[in-house]
Amino acid sequence: MDVGFSLRSEAVGAMRTAMVSAENLQLTLKPELSQEEQALTHSNRSPKETHKVGNEDLKEMLESNKESLKLEAMKRVVGLIAKGKNASELFPAVVKNVANKNIELKKLVYVYLVRYAEEQQDLALLSISTFQRALKDPNQFIRASALRVLSSIRVPIIVPIMMLAIKESAADMSPYVRKTSAHAIQKLYSLDPDQKEQLIEVIEKLLKDKSTLVAGSVVMAFEEVCPDRIDLIHKNYRKLCNLLVDVEEWGQVVIISMLTRYARTQFISPWKEGAMFDENNEKAFYDSDSEEKKDQMEAKTYIMDPDHRLLLRNTKPLLQSRNTAVVMSVAQLYWHLAPKHEVTIVTKSLVRLLRSHREVQYIVLQNIATMSIQRKGMFEPFMKSFYVRSTDSTHIKTLKLEILTNLANEANISTILREFQTYVKSQDKAFAAATIQAIGRCATNISEVTDTCLNGLVLLLSNRDETVVAESVVVIKKLLQTQPTQHSEIIKHMAKLFDNITVPMARASILWLMGEYCERVPKIAPDVLRKMAKTFTAEEDIVKLQIVNLAAKLYLTNSKQTKLLTQYILNLGKYDQNYDIRDRTRFIRQLIVPSEKSGALNKYARRILLAPKPAPVLESAFKDRDRYQLGTLSHSLNTKASGYQELSDWPAVAPDQSVRNVEVIEPVKEWAPLVGKAKQRKSDEKFYSDEEEEKEEEGSDSSGSEDSSSSSSSSESGSESEEESSEESEKTSSDSGKSSSGSEQESSSESESQQKKKKKTKKAPQKKSKPAAADSDSDENGNGPVAPASSSSADSSSASETDSEDDSDSDSPAVQKKKSDVKSKPKVEVKSKKEVSLLDLDDFSPAPTTKAPKSAVLSSSLLSDLEGLSLSNVSPAIQVTTPSFGPVKTYELLHHMTGKGLSAKYHFPRQPCLYQPSMVAVQVVLTNSSDHSLEEIHIGDRNPASLNLHCFNTIERLEPEASVTVSMGIDFSDSTQAANFQLCTKDDQFSVSIQPAVGELFMPITMTEQDFSKEQGKLLGMNETSETIAMATANTSSQAISKQVLSVANVGVVSSTQNNIHRFAGRTVSSGALVLVSLEMKESSSALLTINTEKSVMASMLLRDLKQALAQA
Amino acid sequence: MIHSLFLINHSGDIFLEKHWKSVIGRSVCDYFFEAKEKAVQPENVPPVLQTPHHYLISVYRDKLFFLSVVQTEVPPLFVIEFLHRVADTVQDYFGECSEGVIKDNVVTVYELLEEMLDNGFPLATESNVLKEMIRPPTILRSVVNTLTGGSNVGDTLPTGQLSSIPWRRAGVKYTNNEAYFDVIEEIDAILDKSGTTVFAEIQGVIEACVRLTGMPDLTLSFMNPRLLDDMSFHPCVRFKRWESERILSFIPPDGNFTLMTYHVSSQNVVALPVYVKQNISFLETGSCGRLDITIGPKQTMGKTVEGLTVTVHMPKTVLSANLTATQGNYTYNLATKVLVWDIGKLNPQKLPNLRGSLSLQAGAPRPEENPALDITLKIQQLAISGLKVSRLDMYGEKYKPFKGVKYLTKAGKFQVRT
Repeated sequence: MDVGFSLRSEAVGAMRTAMVSAENLQLTLKPELSQEEQALTHSNRSPKETHKVGNEDLKEMLESNKESLKLEAMKRVVGLIAKGKNASELFPAVVKNVANKNIELKKLVYVYLVRYAEEQQDLALLSISTFQRALKDPNQFIRASALRVLSSIRVPIIVPIMMLAIKESAADMSPYVRKTSAHAIQKLYSLDPDQKEQLIEVIEKLLKDKSTLVAGSVVMAFEEVCPDRIDLIHKNYRKLCNLLVDVEEWGQVVIISMLTRYARTQFISPWKEGAMFDENNEKAFYDSDSEEKKDQMEAKTYIMDPDHRLLLRNTKPLLQSRNTAVVMSVAQLYWHLAPKHEVTIVTKSLVRLLRSHREVQYIVLQNIATMSIQRKGMFEPFMKSFYVRSTDSTHIKTLKLEILTNLANEANISTILREFQTYVKSQDKAFAAATIQAIGRCATNISEVTDTCLNGLVLLLSNRDETVVAESVVVIKKLLQTQPTQHSEIIKHMAKLFDNITVPMARASILWLMGEYCERVPKIAPDVLRKMAKTFTAEEDIVKLQIVNLAAKLYLTNSKQTKLLTQYILNLGKYDQNYDIRDRTRFIRQLIVPSEKSGALNKYARRILLAPKPAPVLESAFKDRDRYQLGTLSHSLNTKASGYQELSDWPAVAPDQSVRNVEVIEPVKEWAPLVGKAKQRKSDEKFYSDEEEEKEEEGSDSSGSEDSSSSSSSSESGSESEEESSEESEKTSSDSGKSSSGSEQESSSESESQQKKKKKTKKAPQKKSKPAAADSDSDENGNGPVAPASSSSADSSSASETDSEDDSDSDSPAVQKKKSDVKSKPKVEVKSKKEVSLLDLDDFSPAPTTKAPKSAVLSSSLLSDLEGLSLSNVSPAIQVTTPSFGPVKTYELLHHMTGKGLSAKYHFPRQPCLYQPSMVAVQVVLTNSSDHSLEEIHIGDRNPASLNLHCFNTIERLEPEASVTVSMGIDFSDSTQAANFQLCTKDDQFSVSIQPAVGELFMPITMTEQDFSKEQGKLLGMNETSETIAMATANTSSQAISKQVLSVANVGVVSSTQNNIHRFAGRTVSSGALVLVSLEMKESSSALLTINTEKSVMASMLLRDLKQALAQA
Repeated sequence: MIHSLFLINHSGDIFLEKHWKSVIGRSVCDYFFEAKEKAVQPENVPPVLQTPHHYLISVYRDKLFFLSVVQTEVPPLFVIEFLHRVADTVQDYFGECSEGVIKDNVVTVYELLEEMLDNGFPLATESNVLKEMIRPPTILRSVVNTLTGGSNVGDTLPTGQLSSIPWRRAGVKYTNNEAYFDVIEEIDAILDKSGTTVFAEIQGVIEACVRLTGMPDLTLSFMNPRLLDDMSFHPCVRFKRWESERILSFIPPDGNFTLMTYHVSSQNVVALPVYVKQNISFLETGSCGRLDITIGPKQTMGKTVEGLTVTVHMPKTVLSANLTATQGNYTYNLATKVLVWDIGKLNPQKLPNLRGSLSLQAGAPRPEENPALDITLKIQQLAISGLKVSRLDMYGEKYKPFKGVKYLTKAGKFQVRT
């Protein structure tokens, strides 16, 4: 030790000097030194080194200011971790380096942190801020790795930070970061399962992601966190199917197994009831068209759901994957989902996997074994691939044997038996024994060969190897039991061999046979018993038991000859060492030997002992494995592994297919991936009003760039890219359309008078829009790829036309009246309460698109009026005020396609809810665009059931083309989690959901500047979220700022004495927590945005939204 | 998914451990050691084991066990495939996959493992991507690194991870542009005692070595694609193109990779290149046996058979072999009871023969079964199925690459029962 220590300190000293001098000297000298240094470090790593000393030494190196020394130290530390040695005491020294610039050093520190943070939670917290900073780094790689490490640190106290980071990253521009956030979801969930609900939200969002990079990871997160929320999959089902080919291979495995489960719950069984698999129609498999037709002809009632077919079709190419796990998962998908005759296409690929590594063979053979029990025909043509080689390992051999046995039938049994003959001679005796059992099974299954097998087995009885003989005897015993009539010869033969057989199990089996069939061999059996009486004491227990058995049976059938022998044996047994044997002897004696005490059983002794016994069934060990899904761990182990998800049975009736419909029915094109949900959503946004689109512009722009990146990712296959680009161009054209109309709007909001004019003119396009809507309807029904975007841009252009010509004063109140006429009676009272806002709403709705009565924005001048109003209202206390900003965006609740004519839009009127103060008021505009009237529109089930919701009264009747506005109250509990409920008509139910933007969860309040500062002072530290943001130059005026902020959030303006600081205040609706927003203008169009609230989650979301709003003109 | 990984050497020492979730103690491996003990041969250890709280999935490669611990249901093949990918990556980086190499490069291996999995889910397994993040060690670089304190960790996100073609890195540059394809076919066969074929089939693989600048788009077509019955492709191959035109169209990864594997349709009769005449017998008395093996050419398509060896796994009771070979050398390993006869080139004029006597343990019973012969061989410039590449074209880049195709036939699992 001492020597070691001194050596080491010497070495370290020498090394350090070497390093220092190396630094001082120039490069020319370095080579020799480095060799020396290497030698020295090497000696440091000698296995003898003790921890203490080694760690002291490392600590010094870590604390030095030489990068290279630190790196070297970290490498050694990681080496220690890799070896499983404890290096936790270095934590303080290591954690200091977390912000180091050197990337490799940093990475090693990360490795260390992740390993030990759980043990040193307090110290680990020191590093958190570094990661938080890195999460904002412009480099996506750094953001991703920061998130990876942050989420890997298992310290419960940082859960909220992780949650925030995940939410932010889930909306990151870079798909790589989003992928990482999907991984982080699982980590956070395992650290704190209470976050489930919030995490599900993120998952739901990420599921909509259309990047192939993200798909696999988010499905993995879904499987881990909420595998039962199958409803989240509906809308993404087709997208996932279509993306599948381009997803990385590991993701494919996860997605396929999830889709297998999904499909089992959503489609009806393609397996014809009671129909047997026709083994001879393999030809049809390759011709999918004819096969489909045939399918339909055969079973007129069954027509495969196109989505079901889509899944099967899109997974098929993956059978050609180089990744064995992918091939296996496709195979199991076909096994569990495909019509019986189509399953055969997986055979070749599975057989191909047998060429792979031993472990792969093992798993694949297990699965084939299970499959081959039910479907011999699938693998029979490949029988020879399962021939055993002497070099195979034992478990492979046994599995192959199992499969060969399963495949045996009348036609091939001779080939298989010939093959078995070779195996019986194998040097691997366990395998030889297994082969004998297999022969036994073949013999019972195929009656033609029973005799041949029996004779073969009898021949084996003279084998020199004991295990072979023993196994043969056991198998023969079983075989004889199945057909005992004509085999006394064999029993005699076995009796003759009895003396040579030493294996206890075999001897016992022969004795049992003798006893059971003693009447067939009346001469031999007593003789055998005689011999056994002699050797009784020397036999194994199992043999002794059978001797007693034999004696008893002979006593009953042939008591004349065997009475004495039996008594002798029973006496021997009485004093045996083994209590089982003593018990048995006692029992038998009471049973068979008549005595004065013997009870009623005595009479039945013969019937008890010589009762006909059912023949044992020789069947596969894999018989019951099909209760597990193929390819799973549970299947492999034949026990239920933890976390195993049962594959549900097919539903008797298919659930609603339309849940998978995405807005526009996509062209049913064979191989068109990437026509997904996400894109549809994009085009949805074009339904929004101009103002809204302005706001969204940045968003859609950025997503546009994403589009292009993902389009290039899919451009490998020509057809996809074409589609992609056409859609792209569509988008850009509509973009330009809307931006022009947007600018128009801007200018219009210059003065109030102009605004008024606008109001009037806006009316016209709305009226006009009706027929246009019908047009696009028919388009959509006609299944064509409708471009709602283009139609909307066309409309908006028509809007601008009418703008110029239609200056007539159609009075807005009149219009309003018309509207209200349409509305049904029960609503009147509610309506009167909100007349003011409705007036705004209806009047302002410019409806440049066909679909919706649109919301409008207040002109900035009007806004300033309102502002003034609220200013004049200043009260000493903090007070909830009326909203300082009118209705904003309208969202779609139910599209008339999915709603079978019923469409619904909703918006947040930003008024205190009438029903309960903790509720957010929501107004829903219901429109009937079908050609018949809809009755009894009401709200049905809600989800979660605890959702606090104030429903509107049932609408008795809604005429075609009519619309009605109703108001509801929803308690969102201060979260942006969507409120899901059902919108019901007399005949139908539609699941809809309202997801509030975070800004809608507030109510504006007024307060003085002093109060504001005071409250702000109470909400510092963890409650403060701030960021420096870039402002669009157009937004630097205080009016513009107010406008932007108020458009995002329902907050009140707080008057400010400082020109460069803008303040806004609000309360969250449910809990009433204070939310203070302050914006401090800095030079050159940047600003510091600070949000103070206890609700840090909401703060960060609000921050993001505000940032976005302020950054755009 | 994958919770932890332990690397265990032949003698049962854990020399590397890595945890992707919380730390799991080494004691979990005890269950594995128990199974290993029971299995005697390392090959016989069951790949999937169940312990009270965990499941152990292991692969045995290059005399190392890669043992992974999982806690919940997961497709076992997923884990197995990944573990093999780890071994492949180590092989790819350091030239071999052995305990020594891993110990020498423990930090790099650890970094690799860190990149390959995130929270137990594979993150980057593509060699091209990994090499951009963590550069494989070269002598030059390790010297430079120790001098400058530089690192072998890339400082940018690999382009492949994000690009449309995750298997290829961007900005590849070569002065010599070349693309080589090796068509390698293996014959799997079982011959019985009398020399008749019980089972024979051909499996093929196309290994590629592509060093091309930029983003080349290659197409490879065959003269007789109908021969191919079943195949698997590297992810770069456009499957639809193959389905419709039977042409391999792909943007290749940079460097070495396996383009496709295939199986030749079983309708075609497999031409076996050699025949074997053998006579191994053990006498009833006298504890000895005789061995006589002759190998001759059968259907070699006019090519020479090279690298011919015969391996015999003798019964345990065979103590020694006293043989003479007319060509090549033989060795008999007393411990493993394996007789290897290394013949080399097969000369059709003078057939190689090995004969002599075997001595058995005295008193032991005569072995029941004669040992099987495993044969290996190589034939250069021949694909035994007759598969031929017709042409290779490159699109997307201007320069003219150097192209080459090589054929090779090997014996795969070629076994003669005696």
